[in-house]
Amino acid sequence: MKQDASTRLDATFLALADPTRRAILARLATGEASVTELAEPFSISQPAISKHLKVLERAGLISVGQDAQRRPRRLEGTPLAEATAWLEQYRAAWEANYQRLDGLLEEMQRASPAAKRARQQTKRPKRR
Amino acid sequence: MNATKENTMQTIDRAEVTQPSDREVQVKRSFKAPQALVYRAYTEPQLVQRWLLGPPGWSMPVCEMDVRVGGRYRWRWRNNDNGAEFGFSGTFREVQPPSRLVHTEAYDPGTVGDDFPRNDAIVTVTFTPDGDRTTVTTLVDFGSKHARDAAVSTGMTDGMEQSYQLLDRLLEQQPRA
Repeated sequence: MKQDASTRLDATFLALADPTRRAILARLATGEASVTELAEPFSISQPAISKHLKVLERAGLISVGQDAQRRPRRLEGTPLAEATAWLEQYRAAWEANYQRLDGLLEEMQRASPAAKRARQQTKRPKRR
Repeated sequence: MNATKENTMQTIDRAEVTQPSDREVQVKRSFKAPQALVYRAYTEPQLVQRWLLGPPGWSMPVCEMDVRVGGRYRWRWRNNDNGAEFGFSGTFREVQPPSRLVHTEAYDPGTVGDDFPRNDAIVTVTFTPDGDRTTVTTLVDFGSKHARDAAVSTGMTDGMEQSYQLLDRLLEQQPRA
């Protein structure tokens, strides 16, 4: 399970590492689209788009819809959600720390001249 | 197509997480304080204990730091609701006030549990002055892709609930074609 998850994450992060691919995902978030439709807004060739789509498909981020003629691509949310969940969880934990640090630094600066002197003197005992 | 609007020089007032390589994770954040002050907040245990608390509901009952090359540190967190504990400990390898700290980081599963064996990570913290602000860059090198993936998998276990909201938000932020 863990191995599956991390292998999938690898593929997801690789797929997300490119701005064109992220833009394709954003387009697909508004609804499924054929390769031609996907290529339209981009100033790159259809084969180049197809290459990007292959990477996204391998990562499980998109799939090919029912229509055999248009072969529309559509967004598959799960791998992306897993990737962003981990990164966002990690980020959120850091951000919570950093917001407390913002407050502490502000407090230290308000007390700055006195704090500087205090620093030279005895260290206060640890809380708890 | 729309290029990404990333600007390397812009102030990062929201923690930014990237993966510079397949064995590393990097967190970057800017603080409205001079470099020396931020360095103190990172190296004086009684200050560290006031902010390095992780997600809401956790406290840091143990924060021991001997900040010099070869000196040890020990951090331990406790969940206020269920008493679960875990921690990190390690050794300082580089201590360059007020700009750089390098330390090892061993995960202590405590009562939280984690059956994944992993090597010590190497954590490099860089304090870069930027006008009246300071940018802190924390680079965690897990030593191998396997170790990073283990950390990734562990961190993922209870994040699925919020993930779909996050997906919505992520996609909202993308440029619409």
